[in-house]
Amino acid sequence: MGDTRLPENWERDFDLYDPRYLEDPFTIWDDMRRSGCPAAHTDRWGGAVLPSRREDIERVARDPQTFTSRAVEATGRVPAPGNELKIPPITSDPPEHDDERRLLLPLFTKPRIRELEGVTRETAERLADGLVGREVVDVADEFARHIPVKVIATMLGVPEEDSSRFDSWVVKFLKIGPRDQAVRVEAIKEITAYFHELLADRRAHEAPGMLNYLLDKSEGGTKLTDDQLVGMCFLLLVAGIDTTWSTIGSSLWHLATHPEDRARLVAEPELLDTAIEEFLRAYAPITIARTATEPVELGGCPMSTGDRVLLPWAAANRDPESFERADEVLIDREENRHLAFGLGIHRCIGSNLARMEIRVALRAWLDRFPDFALDPDHTVTWTGGNVRGPESLHLRLDASEAVA
Amino acid sequence: MKVQIDSTLCQGHNRCLDLAPDLFEDDELGYAHIVGDGEVPPGMERAAELAESNCPEMAITLSP
Repeated sequence: MGDTRLPENWERDFDLYDPRYLEDPFTIWDDMRRSGCPAAHTDRWGGAVLPSRREDIERVARDPQTFTSRAVEATGRVPAPGNELKIPPITSDPPEHDDERRLLLPLFTKPRIRELEGVTRETAERLADGLVGREVVDVADEFARHIPVKVIATMLGVPEEDSSRFDSWVVKFLKIGPRDQAVRVEAIKEITAYFHELLADRRAHEAPGMLNYLLDKSEGGTKLTDDQLVGMCFLLLVAGIDTTWSTIGSSLWHLATHPEDRARLVAEPELLDTAIEEFLRAYAPITIARTATEPVELGGCPMSTGDRVLLPWAAANRDPESFERADEVLIDREENRHLAFGLGIHRCIGSNLARMEIRVALRAWLDRFPDFALDPDHTVTWTGGNVRGPESLHLRLDASEAVA
Repeated sequence: MKVQIDSTLCQGHNRCLDLAPDLFEDDELGYAHIVGDGEVPPGMERAAELAESNCPEMAITLSP
């Protein structure tokens, strides 16, 4: 009813990389929900169905039988069964999924995450201190992206002398890979080879990081193959880095473009945790994917066996059926049953870690830079596909307000 | 007021632990459990309500 603002032919031929969708998927999802077609279909980028309503997204997430996790990438041809990049447990279904997940859960509890808070804070504060006195900084490249890289490298036990190689692979796989298949394939080979080397070294020598824990548990109980162990390391890299840097980036973008919220957070630092939940709701970075194991209908859209369905968690989070003033970012929102970390058996295992990193990063930033805005000489562009966040985020820092 | 968790639904989001740390505790896998018999002490009703309304799995129930 009324003017649709959807890009042309969106319902049957949507483009996940449409510039309008990258910049503002929120309006598009709103229009999809209001139209007669809350789920769109496409053959582009390997084909997919894109639901916009929370109820449809939840339904898929809760049904691993009908919607397998064997392939979770948002683009590329859906691989034939057996040909997928295996990064357990995200790419596993029950029953294998359950033991694999149980192995990792103890590493991500709140007490374990508290142990990582020191290195997180040291990293964030060092980076922020280094920017004091600058007029314009790219906070995505010069601050946000380095924090989860350091934290995940620490968790994995990547030795300090390997950290710049690790960093360059991260950039290759997470920043360039999504748009360049050749680079992606090369990065997978290099990272996989590295983790196999690291694993072999850890068998011979105990060292900090989770690999010795996994080796002990694996030899004692559930026998895991080297490929499964390497896959889990790969998962941490894939799931724990650009997701978190994207959320830090989106949060800083929001604060840069909403001075009243920024001022309020500076005046009321105790509001930070509540504000972070709202940033997670509004800017949830992940669109994960599932594959249909049988013909099924979703939101009026018929799917065949082997078809991909995308789960844009931020769309579920903006559904007015679920949230009052769903399209407004309210940093004091108390009732916030959001799905930024997913739902059900694949709930993001790193959610405590992510929250801690975001909190530490924003605290370190705001303590030094209470006043900042977008630099008018640069445009913010947004990544797409599986993860949405600012590709670069140039901010003009108010030097008179900065405290070292 | 009494609070309960359906352990078959808990997926370890830990929102309840953040919002009402005196009413919930976690196990070694990060799943949440109620402290004691779930009787909500006076003054903690709001915390219990927030825990209930923020659980993505709707695993928490409150009763008068």
